[in-house]
Amino acid sequence: MRVLARRLGFYLLAAWVALTVNFFLPRLVPGNPVATAIGHLTFVNAQVVAATKAQFGIGINDSIWVQYIHYWGDLFHGNLGLSWGNSFAPVTSLLGNALPWTLGLLVVATVISFLLGTLIGIVLGWLRGSWLDWMLPTATFFQAIPYFFLGTVLLMVFATGLHWFPIGQGYQTTGVNSVTPGLNWDYMVSLLDHAVLPASTIVLTSIAGWMMGMRNMMVITMDEDFVLVARAKGLPARKVVWYAARNAILPSIANFSLAISLVVAGQLLVEIIFSYPGIGYLLFHAVTNQDYPMVQGIFLLITLVVLAANLLADVVYVFLDPRARQEA
Amino acid sequence: MTTTITTLSAAPPTAGPAPVAPRFRALRLPRSPKVIAGLIILAFFVVLAIIGPVIAPYSPTHTDISWVQVVKPTGPFGSSQIVPESPSTAHWLGTTIYANDVFSQLLVSARATLLVGFLAGAVATALSVMVGVSAGYLGGAADEGLSLTANVFLAIPGLPLLIVLASYVPGADNSPFLIALIVSVTGWAYGARVLRAQTLSLRNRDFVEAARVSGEGRLRIIVFEVLPNLVPIAAASFLFTTLYAIGAYVALAFLGLAGSDIWNWGLMLMQAQAQSATASGWWWWWAPPGVCIALLGTGLALLNFGMDEFINPRLRAAGLSRKEARRAGLRRRPKLGFTPVMHRDGSAAGPAAVLGSAPASRDGGVPGVTRR
Repeated sequence: MRVLARRLGFYLLAAWVALTVNFFLPRLVPGNPVATAIGHLTFVNAQVVAATKAQFGIGINDSIWVQYIHYWGDLFHGNLGLSWGNSFAPVTSLLGNALPWTLGLLVVATVISFLLGTLIGIVLGWLRGSWLDWMLPTATFFQAIPYFFLGTVLLMVFATGLHWFPIGQGYQTTGVNSVTPGLNWDYMVSLLDHAVLPASTIVLTSIAGWMMGMRNMMVITMDEDFVLVARAKGLPARKVVWYAARNAILPSIANFSLAISLVVAGQLLVEIIFSYPGIGYLLFHAVTNQDYPMVQGIFLLITLVVLAANLLADVVYVFLDPRARQEA
Repeated sequence: MTTTITTLSAAPPTAGPAPVAPRFRALRLPRSPKVIAGLIILAFFVVLAIIGPVIAPYSPTHTDISWVQVVKPTGPFGSSQIVPESPSTAHWLGTTIYANDVFSQLLVSARATLLVGFLAGAVATALSVMVGVSAGYLGGAADEGLSLTANVFLAIPGLPLLIVLASYVPGADNSPFLIALIVSVTGWAYGARVLRAQTLSLRNRDFVEAARVSGEGRLRIIVFEVLPNLVPIAAASFLFTTLYAIGAYVALAFLGLAGSDIWNWGLMLMQAQAQSATASGWWWWWAPPGVCIALLGTGLALLNFGMDEFINPRLRAAGLSRKEARRAGLRRRPKLGFTPVMHRDGSAAGPAAVLGSAPASRDGGVPGVTRR
């Protein structure tokens, strides 16, 4: 438990750093771009301007430390400002609407990719040097393709070309087949139908990382003495592989943090390609409209999600590896 | 027969960059097909980046109204549509809806894309060497602080931080150098962690101890004893970071955060996406930059793969390929445990040759196996 408490402390520190950067960056860069952007805003009432100026510390007489305390107060009240690009709706509620889409896609795609990649990695490591090795360069190629480019290709081939899957969006909103969100069959089918291509994009590009990592670790673990012992005392191959795999998987989980932030980055772009109603789509509009409150809110939310995912990976790690528990 | 079999020389007894000679050695890359393919791809793009803007037939922004077709509206209320040209002899990769030549844009864009990638990779690697080696060698409070910083940077998701930085830093949108700096700020942490771990394992080896006892200064030990042994890992980290930087730059440009003055492949993709080139079937517009990015990335990844095998010889594909084994008249079965065991065809009695025990040979021959 002490290990987990320490990890939790670390993630709180990381979150504090990220949020503090978020606060100071617009205040410290020369020639405040936010002030310029506010000047360009049209159709704004005085209240919105005042609120936004307060949020970014423009024309405020308070010292920066007083502003900093206000910033934290606002954060804890869930007040992230008003989104310029979305008729000045509160950023928090916009993010709240988009988060389930992003999380759903992320979790499903990552779980599939992790399980499948790890499984293939085990087999590849076990049968190294066999004909299966052709998968390594192939995986390398898929890993090197930018997420959004693969998304474009899949969209072109399977949606606009073959018409197997719908073109973008989260569910059917227009036409005769439009569905109403809720717990009904049609909606669920539509939901799945629309998620297949974005999820496949994420799985195809991220699976290589898990595969290679697992394969390499498997190759190294199989040279360990305990594997040789298991083999020598005549255990069936299935069991030997299981012993080796259980040990080889640990670095995969330890490297989860690096992998997940790359996957999240990729997914944000995939959502843009597929007009998927998640955070990435919001991000695209926020960036094109210079919607600074939204950009800040998204950075904050994504950071928290990624840190939470890291913490989860740590819990799994401690659960799997007795050594991690003993060090406490 | 000489080049392809080099990797057959099986694992040296110790994993890792064996610190036999604590003097700088030229990096000897394994001459595996992967590394050769990676080098060829990389060389191709480097040449493209250098001569691309010179050999481009047009300026990337040169427009000619005859390069697009205007399709008249069919109904009385329709609006006329502009349609780009598909590839032809005049325009090898067709034209864009803005009446630009795609081939020229592709050639010109190579330079900035590679420049940002390599520059960010170099800066980030320099940062990670500095942080990683100091943390690993100094230990104590310095190590705690530096490792914590690296871990925090590793935990904070890169792309969102990149976007926040790029949208605030003034002038970042049209300066590849600033973009490269911003990218390297978000990309150094992983390399630092790996280098720190390796430094930790190096600093208590005998040769470093010997240098310390003989009264060498700390800086001299780090620069002349420790650093040369980190070269393969630093190189792998450089390749990895360059790959990341190219992806990040393209992503930023795709989001419209890298300006519109500097041509790069991400900008081309952004324009194509903005004009829904995918939905309209104008594949010649968006496919070439994407394929270039994917190929360049594959080249870097293949090289990186080769580096991994160099750093950790156990990862090598373990000996003979099927073709080579057949040529040598041997049958090979992948087995659990140590490096694969070679059996003579049909004979069940004992291993004929154990590759794992063959000494590494420089000239590429495999002693004892091929000549039987």
